[in-house]
Amino acid sequence: MTTSQPSSGSTPDSAEVRPDYAIIAQWIKSGSRVLDLGCGDGALLGFLAQEKNVSGYGLEIDDKFLPQCIRNGINVIQTDLDKGLAEFDDDSFDYVLLSLTLQAMHFPARLLEEMLRVGSRGIVTFPNFGHWRARLQLGLFGKMPVSRSLPHQWYDTPNIHLCTLRDFEELCRNRNIDILERRAVDHGHQSSLGLRLWPNLLGEIALYQFTHKIRSRH
Amino acid sequence: MTAPFANDSVGLVQPRTTHFDEALLLRSGETLASYDIVYETYGQLNASRSNAVLICHALSGNHHAAGYHRPTDKKPGWWDNLIGPGKVIDSERFYIVSCNNLGGCHGSTGPATVDARTGRPYGPQFPIVTVADWVQSQARLADVLGIDQWAAVIGGSLGGMQAMQWAIDFPARIRNAILIAAAPKLTAQNIAFNEVARQAIRSDPDFHEGRYYEAQTEPWRGLRLARMLGHITYLSDDLMSEKFGRDLREGRINFDYGVEFQVESYLRYQADSFAGSFDANTYLLMTKALDYFDPAADAGGDLSAALRDVSAEFLVISFTSDWRFAPYRSREIVRALHDNDLNVSYAEVESHQGHDAFLLKIPQYLDVFQAYMGRIASRL
Repeated sequence: MTTSQPSSGSTPDSAEVRPDYAIIAQWIKSGSRVLDLGCGDGALLGFLAQEKNVSGYGLEIDDKFLPQCIRNGINVIQTDLDKGLAEFDDDSFDYVLLSLTLQAMHFPARLLEEMLRVGSRGIVTFPNFGHWRARLQLGLFGKMPVSRSLPHQWYDTPNIHLCTLRDFEELCRNRNIDILERRAVDHGHQSSLGLRLWPNLLGEIALYQFTHKIRSRH
Repeated sequence: MTAPFANDSVGLVQPRTTHFDEALLLRSGETLASYDIVYETYGQLNASRSNAVLICHALSGNHHAAGYHRPTDKKPGWWDNLIGPGKVIDSERFYIVSCNNLGGCHGSTGPATVDARTGRPYGPQFPIVTVADWVQSQARLADVLGIDQWAAVIGGSLGGMQAMQWAIDFPARIRNAILIAAAPKLTAQNIAFNEVARQAIRSDPDFHEGRYYEAQTEPWRGLRLARMLGHITYLSDDLMSEKFGRDLREGRINFDYGVEFQVESYLRYQADSFAGSFDANTYLLMTKALDYFDPAADAGGDLSAALRDVSAEFLVISFTSDWRFAPYRSREIVRALHDNDLNVSYAEVESHQGHDAFLLKIPQYLDVFQAYMGRIASRL
């Protein structure tokens, strides 16, 4: 999987379930109402519908994914996420998902707040810029990192707001966002003891579940 | 001799007319004691009667949506780009029904029809019909055709409004509604354009208060102006610039009031061909139906509340260059649908052709539409 598209929905070649999908499915209660931001071809929503009986909508800006979503039986609404979620009422969803899309947004902080306005909980995944390989390329060789999870050259990347796990957590603290779950996985979306001990160094992809501080007190 | 039509054409089609003797109570409070509806069908109704789709026409449309009436016809039906074997609305999978709405001028009962009670054409006495009235009359046609439930009701512009009304008025009789370049109601600007069109017709000395049939005239000048105005609003500034720019017919300015710019020539041609085949009273009625459409009105102005009993699934499509029913108007519908947790997909198609884009072969539009029709077909 790559982050070449600001969307979550690259369909796996095999019938295997993408491990990040499996982690997200573990976090979600059955029968939930879900909004998937940057839903791609709808693979994640389709998986969650099948495994967790969720309902809801996918938002996607890219023309080419719309017919695919429709064929896959996904409700897709063509939307520019950078314009916000104004057309959704407060508290419309149980979960709002943002899979490998945060780093391509013009206003990531604003979008996180929007996620928690329209939904009770947010789930984001993003490529970790603090991974040792990225640090090595920048720190030792003085070059912008290029890797499996960050495959683009600096001049043609859609990823304009890259961050590390620590950066993300700092933003959450500043915005009164409570992190409920965190997982860091390698490129095969596997977890390990090392990943649990040094997630910001060894994690290639970060997964977070979060809510608003005010909500989590209840 | 083989038929002179393309493989993906429905070919020669024959309109049929059904007479209804049961009075139709209209929203205005008036009734139509009896009436005719003319319609065409393409494809075959399947054994379980589950593959019927209804095509609803827009302001100047009619029942002739696809194919040809005569081998010599220069042009096929108005939505032939989309309807036919293997096309987006596939006549090999669906039984497609397209009717001329009441008040029309192509065979269904309308202002030019002779009123049996008086022996004269209805003229201005023809009652004003609304989108909801059309839907009622279409439901009766469905009864006659043995169709309990449409797989889909489909329409562009005013046709999309009918599809929406179907979902509201007959939730049990429609599985999918496809709304293209539509709006949940007209804006003041939309109504203003309609009013100018009506005034153009009604102020024509040949209008005779709508009784021009008996005067053996036609408010031809007014109808031409109405069409010219309407036509401008169906196109985009970009498209007109691209098509005509400031091109001159004779390559030079003549300093007179003849046809100088190409766009003037085009508008006159459009006006002439339209006025030659359309009835002015019908034009007035259609614009009124547009103005009055507002399903939210009965729910205190709350569109979400108006859609509360809807169960159909929706596909909503808009076009970026459509300024008559701009994308934000479609998004109002989408919002009201997801407010009710209804299944809806929405595509905002990049195009420069304006409102009339819904008639054209725009690849992204066709791809989205075809994907949705394929989904419907897979569930028949």
